[in-house]
Amino acid sequence: MSETFEPVIIGFTCNWCSYRAADLAGTARVKYPPNVRLIRLMCSGRLDPTFVLKALASGADGVLITGCHPGECHYIEQNYKAMRRFLLLRRTLTQMGIEPGRVKLVWASAAEGVRLAQEIANLVEEVRALGPLNWGKDETSSFILPPLPFELEAA
Amino acid sequence: MTEKIGVYVCHCGTNIAGTVDVAEVRDWAEKRLKGRGVVVARDYKFMCSSLGQELIEKDIKENELTRVVVAACSPHLHEQTFRTACKRGGLNPYLCELVSIREQVSWVHTDQEAATDKAKAVLSGGVERVQHHEPLEPLRVPIHPATLVVGGGIAGIQTALEIADAGKHVYLVERDPSIGGHMAQFDKTFPTLDCSACILTPKMVSAGTHPNITLLTWSEVEKVDGYVGNFVVTIRKKARCVNTELCTGCGICQEKCPKKVIDEIYEAGLGYRKAVYTPFPQAVPKYPVIDKPNCTYFLKGTCKACEKFCPTSAIDFNQEDELITVEVGNIVLATGYDLFDPRRIPHYGYGRLANVFTSLEFERLTNAAGPTNGSIVLRDGKTTPKAVGIVHCVGSRDRNYNNYCSAICCMQSLKFAHLVKERTGATVYNFYIDMRTAAKAYDEFYQRVLEEGTLFVRGRVAEVTDAARLPSEEGKLIIQVEDTLAGKQRRIPVDMVILSAGLQPRFDAKATAKLFGISCSADSWFIEKHPKLDPVATMTEGVFIAGCCAGPKDIPNSVAQGAAAAARVLAHIDEGEIMLEPVRATVIAEKCSGCRICNNLCPFNAILFHEDRMVSEVNAALCQGCGTCVAACPAGAITGTGFSNEQILSQIEGLLMLNIANGRRPVEIAEAVMA
Repeated sequence: MSETFEPVIIGFTCNWCSYRAADLAGTARVKYPPNVRLIRLMCSGRLDPTFVLKALASGADGVLITGCHPGECHYIEQNYKAMRRFLLLRRTLTQMGIEPGRVKLVWASAAEGVRLAQEIANLVEEVRALGPLNWGKDETSSFILPPLPFELEAA
Repeated sequence: MTEKIGVYVCHCGTNIAGTVDVAEVRDWAEKRLKGRGVVVARDYKFMCSSLGQELIEKDIKENELTRVVVAACSPHLHEQTFRTACKRGGLNPYLCELVSIREQVSWVHTDQEAATDKAKAVLSGGVERVQHHEPLEPLRVPIHPATLVVGGGIAGIQTALEIADAGKHVYLVERDPSIGGHMAQFDKTFPTLDCSACILTPKMVSAGTHPNITLLTWSEVEKVDGYVGNFVVTIRKKARCVNTELCTGCGICQEKCPKKVIDEIYEAGLGYRKAVYTPFPQAVPKYPVIDKPNCTYFLKGTCKACEKFCPTSAIDFNQEDELITVEVGNIVLATGYDLFDPRRIPHYGYGRLANVFTSLEFERLTNAAGPTNGSIVLRDGKTTPKAVGIVHCVGSRDRNYNNYCSAICCMQSLKFAHLVKERTGATVYNFYIDMRTAAKAYDEFYQRVLEEGTLFVRGRVAEVTDAARLPSEEGKLIIQVEDTLAGKQRRIPVDMVILSAGLQPRFDAKATAKLFGISCSADSWFIEKHPKLDPVATMTEGVFIAGCCAGPKDIPNSVAQGAAAAARVLAHIDEGEIMLEPVRATVIAEKCSGCRICNNLCPFNAILFHEDRMVSEVNAALCQGCGTCVAACPAGAITGTGFSNEQILSQIEGLLMLNIANGRRPVEIAEAVMA
């Protein structure tokens, strides 16, 4: 058993942008930590929040949700729906005693292989710092949701 | 477990096998995934080779496989290959799953143990997922035989002509008053020194008179609805204020118009045009347009000189923009490039020092139909330069501006050097970083220009200044440059500086990409489906790209891409229909509660609600398969073909069956699931 904790992260990618970005990162041999395992969806709008809960319940320590940049959705506007669900999901996770930092939403276009790799590396480090997911163990814990950049902008 | 699954792990030479222990992944799948239905597990050097594919076909027949999982490269590359192999083996192609252990594992990770474990996890995700696959048939969509080509430069003209010559209808949309694009502005083309207009105008005329081409100049695409095979495109025909049915193109209106306007577009700001104008004499179509913001009548309410003198009463000041809708099956974008604005590099002095010219200005200077009738003179309009400096890579290969090489500037600069030498006998200096002359007869042209006595200085120009330090520099432009071959700083006085400005994506490329549903690179060039193997297709079916809108190109390459895009479009039209992925949403009526939550989520209005039965239904023809409604249905009444809840949930389980090397829980979880 190694001393450092290696988190497992499930990543959901959009067929049109972030999955392509992952392909591009591969073709360009950009390196990122092997802790992430990707699932291809047709669109971030397909992401049922259940998938995130399922991943966490099945042993993942973190979840990465990726989609096209706002305004660039292949299906016009479905990434906005993913964003709405993500905001709601963060609140639900908090209520369940799960650190909201374990689930992250990232926009990555098909050209942003390097950016996607960087975001993966960042999330792995963030989740590593949080430690293994103590699902349901710590019922007294409560977390304050930090505001997201676009929430700050809106305010 | 009722399914019999075959697992195939590809070495991809050393691409995968160099990082992932392929044999171990195979052994692991054979032993540990036996309980998950895996009956055959093999590894092979190149699964995509015909021998690799035959392995799958043979196993399907001999071992009666009901599912196939291939662990190899990205599904965007070879999904079709393995599906076809399954089909040949007698298995429905959609019962095959390709998981990526190259782009997502071996190419991005270095630790062999971790990569091997991740490959196992990815494979196991595929094995779990594939059990929930269903046999499917591809969707057949009819293709409307008409095509929309956007952009009337050489690439767009070529595309339109190829398609029209094959007997299919084309709408060619151009936002300027005439087709021709940048090529119409040039004097000579490298390396043959063909007269640009002489080779372009016959094509323009063909496009203008072709019975299968509807030319829509002074027009822009406003809206694109629909999808491959059945696009409905709304085009704004801007008011020309000239009735094209009456106009004969005689040009009297242009002669009589009293208002002179600096021609910023066609003459690159060096010449004038009138407020009613055709950009150049050979313009196609021949009809002029009235430039409303500059027309005296529109500004002051009086003048109407053009109307008075028009012999056919074709001037119509009351004309308004017209919106037209066309139905097309395919779209080709050939929207071209913008020239880099050298004002962004202040130390090169463009816009401040009179005799610093851009490459496009120089093209107009040398053009016999240009503002100086082809004589190369300084900004004063009469002095012939005795020494000329040509600066390469202006705005290209420069971290401060654009990282990329603009591909055409070396050859363009050599052409300029030749023309200056030939017409003025001036001393010509080329300031270059590297000479890039890689195409047919290009390097020979370089040799020729060298032999003509043009001087080459290797180094990026630091500054162009008029501040003289020596008497010999008085009244000159001084080029300060580090000569990297001689290893010293040099100051070279010249009379004229030509900045070989790079190519940039159109200022509105991002908006165009959004309008047509395609993606842009970080620089804003349109992204091709595959940079090597599918350079004119995009990720959006039925939308193709050609020419400089996808990246800097010279004329031969733009023409080749135009023709290639036409071939792709014609293949679609000839086929009559296109096969699409059967990724669609379906409402199971029995489960639908009629809550209508899904109704407003669909951006394609594909979900309709039956008031009588109180259930929603997805119109498969309109559905694009994003799956947003599937995720939203509180009753779980909508299924997404190809990406069903069962498929994704079991893929998650599979991916987590084994945790990363020496991490926690690998054994318990794997065994708990297998038990």
